[in-house]
Amino acid sequence: MFESLDATLLARIQFAFTVSFHIIFPAFSIGLASYLAVLEALWLWKKDQVYMDLFNFWKTIFAVAFGMGVVSGIVMSYQFGTNWSVFSDKAGPVIGPLMGYEVLTAFFLEAGFLGVMLFGLHRVGPKLHFLATFMVAFGTLISATWILAVNSWMQTPAGFGMNEAGQFIPLDWWKVIFNPSFPYRLVHMVLAAYLTTAFVVGAVGAWHLLKNTAPRRSRTMFSMAMWMATIVAPIQILAGDFHGLNTLEHQPAKVMAMEGHYQSHPDGAPLILFGIPNTAEKRIDYAIEIPKLSSLILKHDLNAPLAGLDTIPDNLHPPVAVVFWSFRVMVGIGFAMLGIGLWSLWCRYRGTLDSSDWLHRAAVLMGPAGFVAVLAGWITTEVGRQPYTIYGQLLTADSISPVATPAVAASLIAFIIVYFLVFGAGTFYILRLMKRLPRDPMPDLEDGPIRTAGITPGPASGHTHGSAHHGH
Amino acid sequence: MAIDLPFIWAAIIAFAVLAYVILDGFDLGIGILFPFFPEKRDRDVMMNSVAPVWDGNETWLVLGGGGLLAVFPLAYSIILPALYAPIIAMLLGLIFRGVAFEYRWRTKRGEFLWNWAFAGGSMLAAFSQGIALGALVQGINVVDRAYAGNWWDWLTPFSVATGFAILIGYALLGSTWLIMKTTGDLAEKARWIALRTCFATIAAMGIVSLWTPFLRPIYLERWFSWPTAIFSVVVPVLVLGCFALLLTGIRGKRDAQPFLAALSLFVLGFAGIGISFYPFMVPPSVTIWDAAAPDSSLSFLLWGALFLVPIILIYTVYAYWVFRGKVDPEEGYH
Ligand code: HDD
Ligand code: HEM
Ligand code: HEM
Repeated sequence: MFESLDATLLARIQFAFTVSFHIIFPAFSIGLASYLAVLEALWLWKKDQVYMDLFNFWKTIFAVAFGMGVVSGIVMSYQFGTNWSVFSDKAGPVIGPLMGYEVLTAFFLEAGFLGVMLFGLHRVGPKLHFLATFMVAFGTLISATWILAVNSWMQTPAGFGMNEAGQFIPLDWWKVIFNPSFPYRLVHMVLAAYLTTAFVVGAVGAWHLLKNTAPRRSRTMFSMAMWMATIVAPIQILAGDFHGLNTLEHQPAKVMAMEGHYQSHPDGAPLILFGIPNTAEKRIDYAIEIPKLSSLILKHDLNAPLAGLDTIPDNLHPPVAVVFWSFRVMVGIGFAMLGIGLWSLWCRYRGTLDSSDWLHRAAVLMGPAGFVAVLAGWITTEVGRQPYTIYGQLLTADSISPVATPAVAASLIAFIIVYFLVFGAGTFYILRLMKRLPRDPMPDLEDGPIRTAGITPGPASGHTHGSAHHGH
Repeated sequence: MAIDLPFIWAAIIAFAVLAYVILDGFDLGIGILFPFFPEKRDRDVMMNSVAPVWDGNETWLVLGGGGLLAVFPLAYSIILPALYAPIIAMLLGLIFRGVAFEYRWRTKRGEFLWNWAFAGGSMLAAFSQGIALGALVQGINVVDRAYAGNWWDWLTPFSVATGFAILIGYALLGSTWLIMKTTGDLAEKARWIALRTCFATIAAMGIVSLWTPFLRPIYLERWFSWPTAIFSVVVPVLVLGCFALLLTGIRGKRDAQPFLAALSLFVLGFAGIGISFYPFMVPPSVTIWDAAAPDSSLSFLLWGALFLVPIILIYTVYAYWVFRGKVDPEEGYH
């Protein structure tokens, strides 16, 4: 098995490893930046200190996560060249300018206003400070737009031609950017980031509600997060469904792998809920399936025929098992999120949103779910595209740099060690920050005399420098 | 004559790289100087002096790299595999120092770790950048649109020399930045260091400049033939002028003059390299025009760059303006 560890495979592992780490941070910082902007806007509007306290609490966490996003992102932008130089030479004329625009319109905007947002409230005043926060949030969304245009073009390339040197050349930029899968992917990913963040915020709020550390702030953030879950989870499921239909049109082999359809079904394909893909025999073992449902979902007709992987040459099959499972993980989490959203709505209606321990426990448990779903979604997307880097145009095996295997192996090992160390530490610090929510400064009358929370406020609370005051 | 898009883009990329070198140069320099300031209080101030701007500074590196992929994809896909090890080392160094900006304030027990990460990461990044520069100047072996060398080709006495030169130069930028941004003992010590690193920087520039013409005949020709030979006279004179300003600035306890003079020194060094390089993108065989993407790519991005780069410069200046003046040791959000 180890002889097969050639430079291509190592480079793929390295790309998958570094990009998987990277995407975790943007998924969180896109959502959190918007959340911070909303908190600050609410503070400016309602003048209620609770929003500023929450803003300060999440701002510190944002700073740590954002830092990790930046450094892991810089690695990505150089990795195209170090490991995928043939791909870069060929696709650079098309995807390069899009990434160039990402730098010019998004990265500079984020970085330029980040300093003001983190350190500048007392220097520029609340209005300009809000502008800075807004710019940072806006920047993360622009960034997502460009990079997803790039990725989507690799999935569903359009608007290009080829030159004598074998390079892809842009013919119609509009078609390049608004390629067939881009709108779907953009909507699905941004919603994913919002959901991911909502569940993190919700988990932190729920945890502090269970501990009763700071009822007022915990209640506010928990309620905000649960509104997001209730509203966005169903939209996300709908968006995912549309995304799947689009994929069926443009990358049928990927959908076959997701559905586990090794065989064609001339009169109505079943929806396979679970089962074990058996690549050697080309079938799903122990399948639990609902007859004809897949045709209904994908073709809106119980008896519509659906082609299977048997219509595609073996050497162009994506790895079925990975795609099959990662897709189910994502969809499973999507429905679990919907469940939490509905449950919270029910509790809200009953007036028990702040007191239902079981809902709070479930919300804590679901805290990391968004990250898992995002990774599972990307694995479905990327592995399902194999064996191509540019779907139907350029094979992964033909994209690799002329680098020596030991060089790729050594750098891969270095990345693994450094990432686990550095980002492990960062995650630990973030969790610790989340745990340290200073007590509410005011006696919380509605809650009655709970312990002595209101009588001895925490040392650092009450002024705007508030949360997480240590280090000095 | 049609507009020479590749030439314009070469100028823009050169500008991005220069902006990166001088901006991230001083904040990497802060990290390089960390070991000379063992006091926690000093280190807090040093870090706070760059905390609001480091991310913006580093973004120029992303523009340099991403821009190269967009407009000179061939150069990008030759240079990065050729400089594989130094690039990866630089990225790892940038990771360590980048996260240290936040991590350092998040722990008491582990603070020393992130002090080391900040210092070590900055040094590693600076040294790797110097090595990469040296390896590029030395020339890269290309066959059929691809790197054709070995994965250790970048390591030579010359590239090690440029590695040290950049390390020293960034330390100079960092110390003059501290002179400008801090007060009291800290500034005094920064002055002491600047006085030494400025001599070291001049020496390093001298060594590298004398060495370069002998690496490849083309450089020799460039520096000693008409009309480019004018630069061989003018550049060293200007360098000496900057050096004088630097010295008088440090000795005369001026705030901004040493930093500005050190920046100018870097601009001159960069211009010198540019003169040697032109018209190559990857010496000794790939020119700017060989490496360029098709005009449709170049013009599409050029419109954006012409419009956006000035705006970026404006809000970058604004961000520096917001945090102008000496760093207040009591300020910071931590
Ligand atoms: C959907 C969102 C998304 C996706 C799929 C990616 N990124 Fe990312 N990236 C972001 C969203 C983002 C962000 C939210 O905008 C970040 C996070 C922290 C930051 O500074 O911006 C970011 C940071 C970031 C940076 C650092 C920018 C800086 O210096 O400020 C670079 C160079 C990249 N990314 C490059 C990439 C590459 C090459 C990717 C693909 C392989 C990629 N990103 C996937
Ligand atoms: C950010 C979330 C992403 C994740 C988690 C992700 C995940 C993966 C995985 C798992 C692979 C390996 C597939 C395999 O070898 O079977 C891969 C490969 C790759 N992906 Fe992605 N990807 C992401 C985004 C992107 C984006 C945005 C781009 C383009 C800008 C991209 C370009 C590539 C390339 C060039 C490869 C290497 C060639 C290949 O194996 O396809 N990926 N990615
Ligand atoms: C249960 C309903 C869901 C359905 C039906 C669904 C459907 C899909 C499909 C079909 C794809 C692959 C598209 C392609 O590669 O062409 C995908 C990708 C993805 N999904 Fe989902 N999804 C669902 C829920 C979620 C949830 C809850 C999250 C995260 C919180 C999520 C995050 C992602 C991400 C990040 C990708 C990769 C990027 C992209 O291609 O958009 N999905 N989803």
